[in-house]
Amino acid sequence: MALRYIALIVFALAGTAQAAPDGASLFARNCAVCHGEKGAGGIGIPLALSSFQAAVGDDYLHKTIRLGRPGRVMPPSNLSDAEIDAIVRFIRSWRKQPAPRIPTGRIKGDAARGKQLFAAHCAACHGASGEGGKGTGVTFSRPRDLPIMPPALNNSGFLASASDGMIRQTLIRGRTGTPMVSFVKKGLKEEDIDDIVSFVRSFEQAPRPEAATATETEKAILEMDSPYDLAATIENVKRAATSQNFIFIREQALTSGLVPEGEEDPRQHIVYFCNFTMLNTALATDPRVGLFLPCRITVVEHEGKVKIMAINPKRLGKIFNNAELNAMCDEMTKRYLAIMEEATL
Amino acid sequence: MIRALKRLIAAALLFGLAFAAGADQLLMVRSGQQFPEAMSTLQNALTARGYKISRVQNVDKGLSHTGYRTDNYKVVFYGKTEEVAELTAKHPELIPYLPLNVAIFAERNNTLLVTNRPGVLADFFPDPELKAVFMRWEKDLTEVMNEVREAR
Ligand code: HEC
Ligand code: HEC
Repeated sequence: MALRYIALIVFALAGTAQAAPDGASLFARNCAVCHGEKGAGGIGIPLALSSFQAAVGDDYLHKTIRLGRPGRVMPPSNLSDAEIDAIVRFIRSWRKQPAPRIPTGRIKGDAARGKQLFAAHCAACHGASGEGGKGTGVTFSRPRDLPIMPPALNNSGFLASASDGMIRQTLIRGRTGTPMVSFVKKGLKEEDIDDIVSFVRSFEQAPRPEAATATETEKAILEMDSPYDLAATIENVKRAATSQNFIFIREQALTSGLVPEGEEDPRQHIVYFCNFTMLNTALATDPRVGLFLPCRITVVEHEGKVKIMAINPKRLGKIFNNAELNAMCDEMTKRYLAIMEEATL
Repeated sequence: MIRALKRLIAAALLFGLAFAAGADQLLMVRSGQQFPEAMSTLQNALTARGYKISRVQNVDKGLSHTGYRTDNYKVVFYGKTEEVAELTAKHPELIPYLPLNVAIFAERNNTLLVTNRPGVLADFFPDPELKAVFMRWEKDLTEVMNEVREAR
């Protein structure tokens, strides 16, 4: 019996070690949600484009997958190197041509001159300091300025993955079918391009707000004791939310919908409220935050004490890896605290 | 001996899941199904694993009533009745994160589903007893999300 278990384990381990990772299913699991099943783009930029694939080496793809883009939605990956390579091969299978060899050395340009050129030719889309376009790609059927969001060029994940040669190739070729055009066709000389590349490289030195730093010190929930009884506290929360410019939406017991009507525990009470302007701005920035909306405050009576509690947006916001949400989440935490303070005053 | 081995396997599985939570803190999938179909696949997959749908929140309705343009966007709340009652009696600090939920929204002809990995709650509430619960939710939810992703 014991031997059978051991045999099973050995078999299972050997199985995982030998089977070559399946790039197609790894892509479907890890990437398709943002980049589309066939790499056509979505929340993430298109990967199937021939002009994209012609400008980047396998090394760039591998590193991009490993590092992700801190603060720019794409998460880092802890897949094995073999699995990442399988995904890279799968991405390459769309183009059916061997991966190009992109030089890895430094390009010596004049970054000061590049700065001027960048301001004139790139900043309108990629931002004055390379911070990238606003919003989260083509999604949610919302009108956007550009069909594809210009990536952040000052991003540590991008800079660590892209060689100078890759940036140069991208500027020479452009990306056909996207707003990113060939700057050779736009009249820039090779020397201009090298200067711009050097300027983009200099973002490595610039101090940048590294948004995705986890704030482990932030608590997962906000809570306050209420000096009032349960019913009075609930009314206070509703009044405080209204006075902080939120609209009351509804209230329910925690287990409402789970237990038969009438059997809910009234000592676990949830109040929902919303500010639609804030909700709309948040969803336009990142549609995924709807997961924690509308706003809610929970009033709980536990062991004779009344408490009010809420999620802490400042802590929770980090899981989205989207720097644009940070200010909004800080603001939400402030508003939650203001409501909670007013309700327990 | 057998028990020790079983424990080893369980530990390996748990460790694997915990490790997976390190990189991406969200579970996200794209379903090739249109919104209504993806919605029913999601609800069926949850109920098949013993969860009850407690509510479907219409985020889209609220938005369009107030004059904003939007496509289908809903949040599905679900839970196991006894589990929620028992857990929150002992750990009221979990209530703000319950019932569990999944956001589901249309992207052209596809549907996207997003939820936080239940494993992330283990970082939020470090308690070994709770961790086992979170990991069980994570296993169930990973299966549910894969089912929606693969449905045609
Ligand atoms: C009209 C808007 C626009 C302008 C102007 C523009 N870009 Fe882009 N750029 C984009 C978009 C959109 C993409 C993503 C294209 C894609 O889907 O592959 C992009 C992609 C890139 C990339 C690839 C980055 C990555 O993470 O994949 C680099 C590098 C880049 N641009 C540099 C520049 C530089 C340097 C300039 C100025 C010479 C410039 N771009 C001008 C819109 C623009
Ligand atoms: C949560 C959404 C998301 C997931 C999941 C995701 N990406 Fe991305 N990816 C993005 C976004 C957004 C960008 C552009 C970042 C920016 O705008 O600064 C990007 C950029 C990239 C780039 C750079 C493209 C270019 O034009 O240079 C590559 C390559 C890439 N992703 C590959 C992948 C692969 C492969 C996977 C799966 C292992 C993956 N991504 C998973 C959102 C995602």
